[in-house]
Amino acid sequence: MKASVIVFPGSNCDRDVAVCLEAATGAKPTMVWHGDADVPASDLIVLPGGFSYGDYLRSGAMAAHSPVMRDVVAKARKGITILGICNGFQVLTESGLLPGVLMRNASLKFICRDVTLKVERNDTVFAGQYGEGDIITIPVAHHDGNYFTDRDTLERLEGENRVAFRYCDATGALDETANPNGSLHNIAGIYDETGRVLGLMPHPERLADAALGGTDGKHMFTSLVEALH
Amino acid sequence: MGSQATAPLTSELVAEHGLTGEEYERLLGILGREPSLTELGIFSVMWSEHCSYKSSKVWLKTLPTEGPQVIQGPGENAGIVDLGDGHAAVFKMESHNHPSFIEPYQGAATGVGGIMRDVFTMGARPVANLNALRFGAPDHAKTRHLVSGVVAGIGGYGNCVGVPTVGGEVNFDAGFNGNILVNAMCVGLAHADRIFYSAAKGVGHPVVYVGSKTGRDGIHGATMASAEFDDNSDEKRPTVQVGDPFTEKLLIEACLELMAEDVIIAIQDMGAAGLTSSSVEMADKGGVGFDLDLDAVPCREEGMSAYEMMLSESQERMLMVLKPGSEEKAEKIFRKWELDFAIVGKTTDSGRLVVSHNGEIEADMPVKALADSAPEYKRPWTPTTPPELLAPEDVPAPNSITEALETMMASPHLCSRRWVWEQYDHMVMGDTVRRPGGDAAVVRVHGSKKGIAAACDVTPRYCTADPVEGGKQAVAETWRNLTAVGADPLAITDCMNFGNPERPEIMGQFAGCIEGMGEACRALDYPVVSGNVSLYNETNGAAIPPTPAIGGVGLIPDIGKMANLALRAEGETLLLLGPELGHLGQSLYMDVMLERREGAPPPVDLAAERRHGDFVRELIREGVVLAVHDVADGGLVVAVAEMALAGDIGVALAPNESPLPAHAIAFGEDQGRYVVAVGDHAGDIQARAQQAGIPVRVIGTTGGRDLVIPDEPPLPLATLRQLHEGWLPHYMQAM
Repeated sequence: MKASVIVFPGSNCDRDVAVCLEAATGAKPTMVWHGDADVPASDLIVLPGGFSYGDYLRSGAMAAHSPVMRDVVAKARKGITILGICNGFQVLTESGLLPGVLMRNASLKFICRDVTLKVERNDTVFAGQYGEGDIITIPVAHHDGNYFTDRDTLERLEGENRVAFRYCDATGALDETANPNGSLHNIAGIYDETGRVLGLMPHPERLADAALGGTDGKHMFTSLVEALH
Repeated sequence: MGSQATAPLTSELVAEHGLTGEEYERLLGILGREPSLTELGIFSVMWSEHCSYKSSKVWLKTLPTEGPQVIQGPGENAGIVDLGDGHAAVFKMESHNHPSFIEPYQGAATGVGGIMRDVFTMGARPVANLNALRFGAPDHAKTRHLVSGVVAGIGGYGNCVGVPTVGGEVNFDAGFNGNILVNAMCVGLAHADRIFYSAAKGVGHPVVYVGSKTGRDGIHGATMASAEFDDNSDEKRPTVQVGDPFTEKLLIEACLELMAEDVIIAIQDMGAAGLTSSSVEMADKGGVGFDLDLDAVPCREEGMSAYEMMLSESQERMLMVLKPGSEEKAEKIFRKWELDFAIVGKTTDSGRLVVSHNGEIEADMPVKALADSAPEYKRPWTPTTPPELLAPEDVPAPNSITEALETMMASPHLCSRRWVWEQYDHMVMGDTVRRPGGDAAVVRVHGSKKGIAAACDVTPRYCTADPVEGGKQAVAETWRNLTAVGADPLAITDCMNFGNPERPEIMGQFAGCIEGMGEACRALDYPVVSGNVSLYNETNGAAIPPTPAIGGVGLIPDIGKMANLALRAEGETLLLLGPELGHLGQSLYMDVMLERREGAPPPVDLAAERRHGDFVRELIREGVVLAVHDVADGGLVVAVAEMALAGDIGVALAPNESPLPAHAIAFGEDQGRYVVAVGDHAGDIQARAQQAGIPVRVIGTTGGRDLVIPDEPPLPLATLRQLHEGWLPHYMQAM
């Protein structure tokens, strides 16, 4: 699997995800500067976490208009696999590759902690190594992770089975207390129509190493390697 | 001289610049003439307490600063210790007290930004932020607002830059009602053979300005930080700088990218007193002069005067001296990161700082005199008379140990700080192997199996009663916290927060704390490598409690051999290592349960401290203990409760046969103690401890869902957790 990581000014999880990609593939991913016109031929393009352009204007809004994103969007339309984590998810919604918006957390505060997620489906390139309905632990770290969209879109997302992960408690219950940011339907991540574009607020790259306290995030990267070779 | 020089300098103007008549005479002697307004401004900031350490230098010199592990001691932007294998840890702690009280969000945010610049200016990538925060009493009208703003500011800056905030401490005390303390610490990781310093050696080299543009913010911030507050302090808001963490992030990446090329001769961040102190310090250390052309300085606003540009404390700016011919290469990197880059002068052999603006010379002053001849005061001081030791029997007992524990764990002093650290990104960079909430945080040295441990501590209650013992205890407690995770403590940074040094009793507190700190540092081979002094923390004549905040850094050779406070398994034996003397003087028990602060603080036996700590570290390295916690505020029962909560495993405490009252055993704050949980080796470890001359006692067994104190009803962990986790969020919700 050949992976590229887009680096925006203000990205700060680019190295973290590169470490995980290298561990999973055995090769360093290509780091692509936001000002470049093209992304080199890749099986996977990652939009990493961070504060692209300082999150000024709106999280992800300016990054969505950076030069490299034209090619990212074009490649997504051709079926290249795209993973947006945290700020990367925000960039994906701002650039129209995924529907909805990430609003300020309901608590109005930045939240950094481990959360439990329910794996809604495992028939995608991202989740093959998880079981459907698995409950996994992965951290969140964001100020703007409150997923919102209009009712029709929400119905379509649910109807098309496009919710990737939901915030749940340790038993899998999807109640309010397990929802860290006020997201509609406890949504933590969604797919596009093809299932090849995933945006999620939690950071799988942060729990992909036993020394850091867990490895549930690792399986996303090994799933990708398995699916994309 | 420029046009401003024609304005007469009245004695009021001189006084407004914080210079005494005597200091002004000295200035006249150095220049041999009247200064221009710009020169007066430059002298005033260079000679401010904040920049010159004029009241504290004489005492700071007595601290030990050397050791085989020390690469760089005090005097540079930050201290540096050797981590082996070519790795070095670069670290420092700095106060941002005055601005944070006036404007908590920006004050705290720029404190974080400033300390990170001190670290990456030396060639290190910042890898961990910590902070020591002290607020007024919870019922004080301003406290909530300040807590909320400071925590949001620290998070807002550090989270965006992408450096994990991994540890620190939070205190509430009425003594800080009028002056809160925001002490920010940063630890960076560098290659030991690629360290960058600030000495601008060589003549004719380009002086380069990079980063953000210069605005009118923060003018005279250093002078504000060297004055007391009164009721009108809020009017000083315009002197608080505004931070831009996004630019800081770009500046880190650009500087580190440039540092990988061999083109930088000297580099220094523009912190307090901005362009003035950075250029003076660089020129002085390099033994050169600087010609600065202010017309080339990138400005945010139009029509800025030389005075304003030289004194601005706009954030996220650096000054560099480059090797000639490398300007283009350097500029390309900064342009890529969309930062300003301007050649603003050159180094000269004149030994003078010559500042020109709009074709006029605005300042022309000898560098050496500016840097070195700041006044140095040995201010009169009166030592604090420590109170007598309290006998444990003289301290009233509670109705029940369990009830007292519940009250204390739910108090502002001991309650969980989760509400604070969940607002900080403590995991970014993917190397946080010990998260906040333990004795010390640990970040892995990226790409290796080594870890850097860091902790912040001081107990102002103790320092108030007895500055010498308090200073000792602060150093010893960081050493203990590093030891408790399995680290070899290497060195400290200190942030000395005190009142008005012109008052002999305050100077006495300062001298006492330094004496105690020095003693502990020497006994533990734990030198001071960097630090900062914040004086004049007073409002309307009321000083803060003496607060020498200590930041300790240690090395874990193998993160596979670490401990933390969480109990790991049922059926383990809990051992207490260290003495049981029942010291309740200045204890949290007296403070919370009796609302009294009396008696001498617990003395620190430094030889025992070292013996006990070395033994505990040995056990951790052998892998025979995994759960370790030092006994600090609140004493033994509180330490056990914290271990039980962290591991979600109950404990049945064993009865003890001590002749001391039960509450003195439970809540006494004797020093140099650890609780360890042991599986099968309890007897063996007890024997080894006894052989090493370390008091040891079986204090209980792990298991179940309760904390059980002998002869008292069991306390369910769930209840205790609710009490412990509840106070802070509940308090902040009432905003």
